[in-house]
Amino acid sequence: MRKRVLMNGNDAIGEGAIRAGCEAYFGYPITPQNELTSYMANHMQAHGRVFIQAESEVAAVNMVFGAAVTGRRAMTSSSSPGISLKQEGLSYLAAAELPSVIVNVQRGGPGLGNIAPSQSDYFQATKGGGHGDYHLIVLAPYTVQEMHDFTIDAFALADRYRNPVMLLTDGRLGQMMEPLTLYAGRPQKIPAKPWALTGAKGRKPNHIRSLLLEDGALEQRNLHLQAKYKTILNELVGYDEYLTSDATVLVVAYGSSARIARGAIDQARAKGVKAGLLRPITLWPFPRARIRQLAGKVRGILVVEMSAGQMIEDVQLSAGDRVPLAFEGRMGGGIPEESAVVRAIQRLAKPPQRSARK
Amino acid sequence: MSPSRKPTQASRRSVYHRPVSLVNKPTHFCPGCGHGTAHKLIAEVLDSLKIREKTIGVAPVGCAVMAYYYLNCDISEAAHGRTPAVATGIKRCLPDRIVFSYQGDGDLAAIGMAETIHAANRGENITVIFVNNSVYGMTGGQMAPTTLSGQKTVTSPCGRDAHTMGSPIRVCELLNTLDAPWHIERVALDSPAGVRKTRKALLTAFKGQMEGKGYSLVEILSPCPIHMRLSPLEAVRFVKEGMVPAFPLGVFRREGKPVA
Amino acid sequence: MSPRLYSLTIDRERCKGCELCVDVCPRTVLALSPKLNSRGQHYAFVTNPASCIGCAQCSDMCPDAAIEIDEEESAHA
Ligand SMILES: Cc1ncc(C[n+]2csc(CCOP(=O)(O)OP(=O)(O)O)c2C)c(N)n1
Ligand code: SF4
Ligand code: SF4
Ligand code: SF4
Repeated sequence: MRKRVLMNGNDAIGEGAIRAGCEAYFGYPITPQNELTSYMANHMQAHGRVFIQAESEVAAVNMVFGAAVTGRRAMTSSSSPGISLKQEGLSYLAAAELPSVIVNVQRGGPGLGNIAPSQSDYFQATKGGGHGDYHLIVLAPYTVQEMHDFTIDAFALADRYRNPVMLLTDGRLGQMMEPLTLYAGRPQKIPAKPWALTGAKGRKPNHIRSLLLEDGALEQRNLHLQAKYKTILNELVGYDEYLTSDATVLVVAYGSSARIARGAIDQARAKGVKAGLLRPITLWPFPRARIRQLAGKVRGILVVEMSAGQMIEDVQLSAGDRVPLAFEGRMGGGIPEESAVVRAIQRLAKPPQRSARK
Repeated sequence: MSPSRKPTQASRRSVYHRPVSLVNKPTHFCPGCGHGTAHKLIAEVLDSLKIREKTIGVAPVGCAVMAYYYLNCDISEAAHGRTPAVATGIKRCLPDRIVFSYQGDGDLAAIGMAETIHAANRGENITVIFVNNSVYGMTGGQMAPTTLSGQKTVTSPCGRDAHTMGSPIRVCELLNTLDAPWHIERVALDSPAGVRKTRKALLTAFKGQMEGKGYSLVEILSPCPIHMRLSPLEAVRFVKEGMVPAFPLGVFRREGKPVA
Repeated sequence: MSPRLYSLTIDRERCKGCELCVDVCPRTVLALSPKLNSRGQHYAFVTNPASCIGCAQCSDMCPDAAIEIDEEESAHA
């Protein structure tokens, strides 16, 4: 029996990174992810790996770029305002196809906002954020165990697809303590990276670049990226379901909101409403097909988010107009009340009335 | 003396041959552009220290963005100004490789000043090659942090006014206030002697890195005839007579100590 | 002692006609050709080879690494 330990989510990410063979971490202080930066400060050097407290988030993400250029596994973490600063770097990482892991422990925004948990960076994470046609792979853990496990997955996916991977979580999960089982498997095999810059010994020089001025070259690069994204869409979609098989109301929520939704679903069932949860694990690629399927079987879909409603746009795109869609959420660091979610489920469960359409 | 490209015939002794670390293809630089000279000198130093195969360069945007076409070593791009951060990431992961950044004045002293100062302050064991041509070359001759007082550029059409646009930033002097740097030197491509000093400065800097001495920066005052709006010959004269008085030449930091 | 002989090779395709070499040569060995290379630029050429003292000021100054210089062994004989 493997030992279980008690850890907060931020530390669990840090330990995941170390066990995934992350060789370089670059960070800059910002609440609510500071535990992660300190964890890396304490543990990376002890493992003979690189830790730098950078002069800014901008510098940190570009240090990740440099580390990734050498083929090493590298990571940075921050929270919302800092992630905004990293957007330039993310665009370059995506363009140059450099495997890398970026953690966003979201807090309330916009602006400096506050340090309370939030999910208002969904658009930024899944729709781009930086300039150009690119995508990050976005993973959304909802337990401390998943914070740990998904970090390890993130490194593997980054290498497999030569793409930056974002772990999109929030301050609540970051600071929450939960028991978890630490990864004790073999160190992951890191694929060969013949493109990496290591010094042109016995080979032609390698170049990492995203400036492509030659006629048609940039379009070619974009076509290549889009083909890769298509592969990812086909291969990678991840989600989790809870009591969906007989559900008449489908709740869609990720991360912290999914925890609240689960509790609300149990309560709703106790009151006789058959609700179920679809929890996207990959926010990009988004589980569109599955949501479309479930939309055909339920009376309504409720989206719960700690935002003004961002993921709901993807749910809408997936479900189409076949079924009423409702939203329950709070902004600015507010956390949706379980009871409010239960009420929203009950409203959707009522047989449709002629005047009920809003 | 200069390294030779290929062993010459027994009957000849090489005085100067193009370095092998320089790809033998014409550059896109304008006639008389100092970037060409700087590339050539870097390639010579990679040859003479025999480090081409273990060197990784970092080139940001600017007229030298296509350094990978001309320097026969591994090269990474960097976003504008982030060059020292990218170089830091590379060097920390591969401490036994030789890592240099190649930056213009806009890149190093405007948008990338924070990265510049902090890489220097951490004493990163990298070599920073700073081509100061007093203007933004690639984007069309705008004012740079190193534009001289009174110098006309497309964004200082009446001349740089110190009261509203600041005075030229002297990067070597600024970095020399830090504890960590190992070698800081300013040279000028204003004459054959200046070119030789530049070669020597680069040699010192790269050698220091090989020996693990730490951060080195070589600022090269360099002609940009196009945006100085001068002929190549006049641009060299401008470097000598306009830039050198504003940016004193010499070694500012030697063996980790400020030079009095 | 017989004077040394130097041979200069100017790669006219690399040359951009900036004239920096012509300007720095202490012996007026070089000049700009009225002819153009394939890129439409006047290129430097050797007008006066015998005067060359092999000082390499031209090749040092050349931004385009267009000039190569060899010392001819026969000159020592
Ligand atoms: C974020 C960003 N801002 C602006 C630019 C446009 N840009 C390209 S090169 C450059 C400055 C070039 O000047 P310098 O660094 O002095 O190099 P030079 O061209 O003179 O060699 C600028 C502003 C850019 N590429 N990226
Ligand atoms: S614009 Fe200036 S810096 Fe750029 S290539 Fe031309 S001369 Fe050189
Ligand atoms: S080597 Fe000296 S003398 Fe000979 S051409 Fe060049 S500059 Fe003139
Ligand atoms: S210095 Fe070089 S590029 Fe300029 S004219 Fe002479 S040979 Fe040609």
